Amino acid sequence: MTEQLNPITARDTCEIIADAITSEKTLEIMGAGSRRSIGRPMETDHILSTSALNGISLYEPDELVLRAGPGTTMTHLQSELAQNGQMLAFEPPDYGPLLGAPLNLGTLGGVVAGNLAGPRRIKVGAARDHFLGVEAVSGRGEIFRSGGRVVKNVTGYDLCKLMAGSWGTLGVMTDITVKVMPAPEKTRTLLVNCPNLSVALSVMTAALSSPHDVSAAAWLPQSIVSKSAVSYVASSGAALAALRLEGISRSVEERCRSLREDLASFGDLEELHSHNSLNFWREVRDVRAFIDFGDRDALWKISVAPAEAQALLNKLHAVADMDAFLDWGGGLIWAQVSGMDDGGSSIIRRTMGAEGGHATLIRGSIKQRALEPVFHPELPAVARLTERIKDAFDPKRILNPGRMFEGV
Amino acid sequence: MRMPEPNNGVLSRRTEIVSDLRRILPAECVIAEEEELRAYECDGLTAYRQLPLIVVLPETTEQVSDVLQYCYGEGIKIVPRGAGTSLSGGALPLADGITLGLGKFNRILEVDYKNRCVRAQTGVTNLAITNAVNGEGFYYAPDPSSQIACSIGGNVAENSGGVHCLKYGLTTNNLLGIEMVLMDGEIVRLGGKYLDAGGYDLMGIVTGSEGLLGVITEVTVRILRSPSTARAILIGFPSSQSAGTCVADIIGAGIIPAGMEMMDQPAIHAAEAFVKVGYPLEADALLIVELDGPSVEVDELILRVEAIARKNGAQSIRISESENERNDFWAGRKAAFPAVGRISPDYYCMDGTIPRNRLSEVLDRMSDFSEDFGLRVANVFHAGDGNLHPLILYDANSPGELEKAEQFGAEILKLCVEVGGVLTGEHGVGVEKRDLMGEMFTEVDLNQQQRVKCAFDPTQQLNPGKVFPTLHRCAELGRVHIHSQQTRFPDLPRF
Repeated sequence: MTEQLNPITARDTCEIIADAITSEKTLEIMGAGSRRSIGRPMETDHILSTSALNGISLYEPDELVLRAGPGTTMTHLQSELAQNGQMLAFEPPDYGPLLGAPLNLGTLGGVVAGNLAGPRRIKVGAARDHFLGVEAVSGRGEIFRSGGRVVKNVTGYDLCKLMAGSWGTLGVMTDITVKVMPAPEKTRTLLVNCPNLSVALSVMTAALSSPHDVSAAAWLPQSIVSKSAVSYVASSGAALAALRLEGISRSVEERCRSLREDLASFGDLEELHSHNSLNFWREVRDVRAFIDFGDRDALWKISVAPAEAQALLNKLHAVADMDAFLDWGGGLIWAQVSGMDDGGSSIIRRTMGAEGGHATLIRGSIKQRALEPVFHPELPAVARLTERIKDAFDPKRILNPGRMFEGV
Repeated sequence: MRMPEPNNGVLSRRTEIVSDLRRILPAECVIAEEEELRAYECDGLTAYRQLPLIVVLPETTEQVSDVLQYCYGEGIKIVPRGAGTSLSGGALPLADGITLGLGKFNRILEVDYKNRCVRAQTGVTNLAITNAVNGEGFYYAPDPSSQIACSIGGNVAENSGGVHCLKYGLTTNNLLGIEMVLMDGEIVRLGGKYLDAGGYDLMGIVTGSEGLLGVITEVTVRILRSPSTARAILIGFPSSQSAGTCVADIIGAGIIPAGMEMMDQPAIHAAEAFVKVGYPLEADALLIVELDGPSVEVDELILRVEAIARKNGAQSIRISESENERNDFWAGRKAAFPAVGRISPDYYCMDGTIPRNRLSEVLDRMSDFSEDFGLRVANVFHAGDGNLHPLILYDANSPGELEKAEQFGAEILKLCVEVGGVLTGEHGVGVEKRDLMGEMFTEVDLNQQQRVKCAFDPTQQLNPGKVFPTLHRCAELGRVHIHSQQTRFPDLPRF
């Protein structure tokens, strides 16, 4: 029978993994389980939940640093930060509803293990870029630490980079130190009426190449716009490019004015003020447009060079029943493909090639996730390195075996 | 400095190896004459010197691959070298190793404004990337002080920083893709013009790996639009403590300056004597705060910073009113190292990072050390990110002073770790801090790092003797040891 183990210290975690090694048992590593359905389906002997490894052990606002257990919920962490006017600048998304789980369930460990990021990714980076230090237990049953609590640190290999985005396949994090940043005083969003994707890409490129310090740039086709809960957006009835400006009040107003002037020739312009802006970008961040889905729908997160987005979308539209929107100035495509047995995997992978970016199946049926590569297939040389990295941390294949790649 | 024992078999085959290499590479790409090898005997850490066995200067990735494949088969060690500006001995040669110089990889391959990135060969200098795009109003953000000379591939190997890290990040935060060659000659491309890796972040682990995992041949970096305005404020304080509190208050007020630098009195005096830009000589600590962005924002934040400085008892405040004046403010800071070089025959530059709020305590303890060792010290400090550069003044011609300076330096770095900081913020471990790694990491931590090394370079032929104080064989590190469980946790469900 599958048991759920809830260690409360790193030492407990170490014991559990040591036991798993000797008894040749596999473990599913889980936080709150809000992103549990991402990855290839696994059948493990037991579940190791990090939810009891929780709580903030260090928070120094003036030092811009916070340390917490992986099981600390994002809701708790973000409310502590908000009390000091601070935030995790990479805008960690909440995919709960997108994956059929409630909102506000996710943990810091889950956000870091998935190397997630929201719309501000283009300006400040992803979880990996804010991850200063880690304590973790490897699949060898050893507690190791890497990094520290300071931003400038090149002492030894940066194992935090490997832990971020490894989806629990290399180690169980027991303590996480992150950089925190001041939250903006004011937020404003400029909406540009852009029915045509190529115009939208020009708008986003112009905005991101301007000196106006744009912190997010997205494009939503009309089908997505109409689903917005921000009535101002939904009622616009047209495809929109959205550009976000953040910072101190006077600066935001001034930059918004300048950006309007720069973009006036592209189409009609509207503005969202703080409250609507926050709600709108939360919808983009959490991919709320695609929370309704059927059995035959597959949802893809595709990272490409922004200038390649259009060609890729055109090719996909030609062969698949698909709805999509862009974030990261065109560098991130969220695409829901309907009615294809493989969820569109082969056409997406064939079009992108091995080096044109990466596509991850964020939501798909168990069958799709079992039969199609969930994470982008790697070239043989890279796949060999991936396997050897897994060997370095988890040679017995105990932790989340096969979640990312077969045999890893 | 103890380096791995040279392999006599390799040493005795030198002539044969030279002729093999001259078959693999154009003849002028292989350097074997002693007077020419001399130019490669050290990097920026000049206290350590060693003539390399041979130097090769390949021109293409395929040639790098051919050389590595050959060396892999022959069991010959490789030391990769960019511009040779490392301050930690990362490119220190090995007597039985081939130094692989990447100086001929000096072309910018592509400037892509649509995707806001530049693809460049590994030997292109950091500054050349900015120079290639600043006509269009763009720049490459990380700006190590050696940027005029240091290579972009070396920046990746060291994860270089600069004075703008707090706001714009280090190399790792601005890097999109690399091409690298593994020790067995395999060419691997990681990343590209898109963000984040789909699988493990191999590029992230290679960044800052000090040439121990692979030889980087090509780099793709993000470029940013240059801010429309930058202004600096020069603030003199009666004590480093009040300067430190001012720094904390600025950040506590939600302001992230583009740069925030501190200098102590010896550094202020040395710099002023050198560049004469009007630094306040009566100040015990000097803070330079630079703000960049739209002018309306910069103007407002300058006023906020000024108010915070006054509240913290600033003795003198100057705000730059022109680009010339801003550059003057920086001139002394940028010339701090050569300025200190003028007041002392030699200096030894340290590079620890500390939590900012421990600064005054660290400076106090450092002046105690200074008395104990009988050596003067001047401090420049990237106050925004906690990276401290104490410059220990000594005279290499005075017997025993170098050793004393090194001991003093080691004490400072141990102190950095003790207060919650790290051994090196941007210069790297190299050979210089290798034997101090145990101050920060346990055996388990170091072994886990070495297993990553083994994943890339199982025969450990790439840059051995750097970073890790003890070299373990990869096979030995691969074994799984279950430590006997003494304590059981009865409240935990067991299998």
